[in-house]
Amino acid sequence: MNNTSLDNLRKCLHRQVPSVADEAGWIKVGLDTGGIAAGGERIFDLISEAVATAGLDVCVRRVGSRGFAFMDPVVEVNRPQSRPVLYGMVNESTAKAIVQDYLIHNRMIDDHVVAERNCSDSLDVPTSHILIQDTSCEDGDKSSESQIALQGVLKGCGLHDKIQVVRALDMGIYGEGLVLQLYPSGVTYYNVLSKDLQRIADTTLIKQAVLKDLLWTHPDPQLRVVLRNCGRIDPESLDDALRCGGYDGFTRALAEGDPSLVVDAVKKSGLRGRGGAGFPTGLKWEITQQSKGERKFIICNADEGDPGAFMDRSVLESDPHAVLEGLILAAYAIGATEGFFYIRAEYPLAVKRVNLAIEQARERGLLGKDILGSGWNFDVQVRLGAGAFVCGEETALIASMEGCRGSPHPRPPFPSVKGLWGMPTCINNVETLAAVPWIVDRGGEAYAAHGMDKSRGTKVFAVTGKVKYPQLVEVPMGTTLHSIVYTICGGVQNDIPFKGVQTGGPSGGVLPEKHLETPITYETLQALGSIMGSGGMLVMDENDCMVDVSAFYLKFCVDESCGKCAPCRVGGYQMLQLIIKISRGRGCLDDLEQIRRICTAMQSASLCGLGQTAPNPVLSSLRYFEDEFIAYIEGGTAYARKRKKALSEGNPLKEAI
Amino acid sequence: MKSTAAPLLEHMDSSMEEDVRECANHWKDKEGNLIMILHEIQNRLGFVPREASLLLAEETGVPVARIYEVLTFYHYFKLVAPGKNNITLCNGTACYLKGIERILTELERRLGIKDGETTEDRLFHIETVRCLGCCGMAPAIVVNGKTIGKTVPTDVAGLIEGIRKQEVGHE
Ligand SMILES: Cc1cc2nc3c(=O)[nH]c(=O)nc-3n(C[C@H](O)[C@H](O)[C@H](O)COP(=O)(O)O)c2cc1C
Ligand code: SF4
Ligand code: FES
Repeated sequence: MNNTSLDNLRKCLHRQVPSVADEAGWIKVGLDTGGIAAGGERIFDLISEAVATAGLDVCVRRVGSRGFAFMDPVVEVNRPQSRPVLYGMVNESTAKAIVQDYLIHNRMIDDHVVAERNCSDSLDVPTSHILIQDTSCEDGDKSSESQIALQGVLKGCGLHDKIQVVRALDMGIYGEGLVLQLYPSGVTYYNVLSKDLQRIADTTLIKQAVLKDLLWTHPDPQLRVVLRNCGRIDPESLDDALRCGGYDGFTRALAEGDPSLVVDAVKKSGLRGRGGAGFPTGLKWEITQQSKGERKFIICNADEGDPGAFMDRSVLESDPHAVLEGLILAAYAIGATEGFFYIRAEYPLAVKRVNLAIEQARERGLLGKDILGSGWNFDVQVRLGAGAFVCGEETALIASMEGCRGSPHPRPPFPSVKGLWGMPTCINNVETLAAVPWIVDRGGEAYAAHGMDKSRGTKVFAVTGKVKYPQLVEVPMGTTLHSIVYTICGGVQNDIPFKGVQTGGPSGGVLPEKHLETPITYETLQALGSIMGSGGMLVMDENDCMVDVSAFYLKFCVDESCGKCAPCRVGGYQMLQLIIKISRGRGCLDDLEQIRRICTAMQSASLCGLGQTAPNPVLSSLRYFEDEFIAYIEGGTAYARKRKKALSEGNPLKEAI
Repeated sequence: MKSTAAPLLEHMDSSMEEDVRECANHWKDKEGNLIMILHEIQNRLGFVPREASLLLAEETGVPVARIYEVLTFYHYFKLVAPGKNNITLCNGTACYLKGIERILTELERRLGIKDGETTEDRLFHIETVRCLGCCGMAPAIVVNGKTIGKTVPTDVAGLIEGIRKQEVGHE
């Protein structure tokens, strides 16, 4: 039994992992779906060529996504003996400049450098570069003027040869005037006025003292647990995952030799399902562990259905081993004999990387028979979805895996008792599973230390829509919507007034401005008529029409209804007709009553979650924006036409009316 | 069974027959394999022709009706051949909000077909999908595998012309 001691297990697993000299230079190119769509592959080739031509000993590598969707393609560069620098919106000429100017001559590239989010307050190293950006507003950017002014000041003190002033692409700080970040220390100043420049040169650059009155001390609101390795490691390399702590949780669990300890850790962590419903994961595992069956299954639900969310895809593409390790840990905890990934067929890159991760894990003895010499057997397969939203629902998912139409079944029996092929089955979301290795390795308490009330740990959100900087964010539960939309994502695009933020996709609702300060937890969102959902977050500005948006979500649910039960099939269709009628200016006030009645019927009488939650977007729009519906009803067809014209021309609403 | 299927099989070349057999064989011993076989057939042929379904029924013993039940339930499976040039529009929430409908209307108007249809000369096919995964570039479309972000309706004319010119060049 001694061969399953923690040391032995880790030694055996890490035996073949080649070490990398981190001081040596490297370049990482973000090649997830977003990065590739933005031309990342071409950038990867160009950089590789340029490195080879210059004869540099710098390794060019593929990584996943850091989450900065708005600045794809993203390239991270580590010059030998320096701190890594992130470049965004890299085009062909930037790619060449990264090698020629930055790697060779240590000249950073204007308008592409991205500042470090974790600002520091200590100046332990002399400054070699100063990143500068005017963060006050989008137009009238004064970064160039400030760059010239600062260069002038540096020249005056004879520092211009030693310090390069670089215009940054993004500093992660918004609406705080001129922001400066010193590289490599990371000391950041904000609301800097031109009169401060000389002071900064004299005190900070020459005397190495921090100016407390200008210092930016706000901590980064983000906390990366699920996204811990995303964009940092090569998703196609098990060695890379192992070097960054991959499978440490699993080896620990295996060495302890008691599956219920894994269940306990997850229970203590307070982790709840990230697929939408928020069911306590530890409890689900306990129930499945206790269910008896010849075979027992664990399924990773990667059928990400929310039509504007990309959390799960990003994690699968950027750190598949984290999800696989979570799945293996879950299997170990509940005593599963076989595991499956059920992935959307529309995610070919995720499918490819998960398949590769499984092969690599099998090769290294992490899957298959007698895993790492422990005597435990377990293996995993991939199954594909085929474009049906309802298949994200667990009983429909099971039907689909059995090779049938994805129609939901009434519960109970719950899958944990009678699931795939009638056997006990545990289904967990991608993000839920990706958090598990971290929890098992560091203990449930460490995870539970973050969060609020009954929502512990962190949550990943895909923030898109009319937001300035759409991206993937991970924040502790209890963070406010305002903090996500404004502090992290920079607020509303073009500085148009904010209207609302939609959470939870087609099953969720919209929250108006007055609720922006709400801390996000499962319970608070529900109380406001929305849901946490899987983490899609769509920001809307004043020009967006809530009648249209409700119709969009409802139409999605009507298209996706499996048609098995009447409340959803008939109710959804009728309600959509009513909303379309209103949006054409032909509705009447009674229609609103009728819509509400249908909503209630669907919520209470539908068989599965799709029908039960489909009314949410409509109900919450009516709750907070009823006046818009009434404007259509009272304004009639003339108003509807005017409105439609204004929207199709992209004109602001106010000018049109 | 053979005799009734024969007339339909006349368009089927032997390579398709082989493809279908291989796909079925590959997944033979796996439980609940029907959807995976159909995926593999579509991957190879670009769609799932009726002939392939008939042959698959024969190979696996699954009734044709059940194969069609599955094929028609799932949006991902195509029953007719796609066009030569595929234009896919993202109708995810971000792209919807940023006005993908205006691009679709313009495309439909210029090509004279609706979402999900193919032009008579089979040169163009347009369809809408959900979130392409580059919401940062919304509204996004994919033309023959290449993603184009931040599209505006005035891009459409040039796009179609470009493809037409290329096609003429090929002939
Ligand atoms: C219509 C519908 C769609 C769903 N889509 C998904 C999905 O895409 N991904 C997911 O993980 N869960 C989805 N769910 C939730 C699952 O049924 C299930 O609760 C979840 O996968 C359980 O995992 P968790 O406990 O880790 O969240 C959906 C539920 C419904 C009713
Ligand atoms: S609620 Fe809708 S999707 Fe769910 S079973 Fe009924 S018809 Fe199907
Ligand atoms: S919604 Fe269109 S790319 Fe995401």
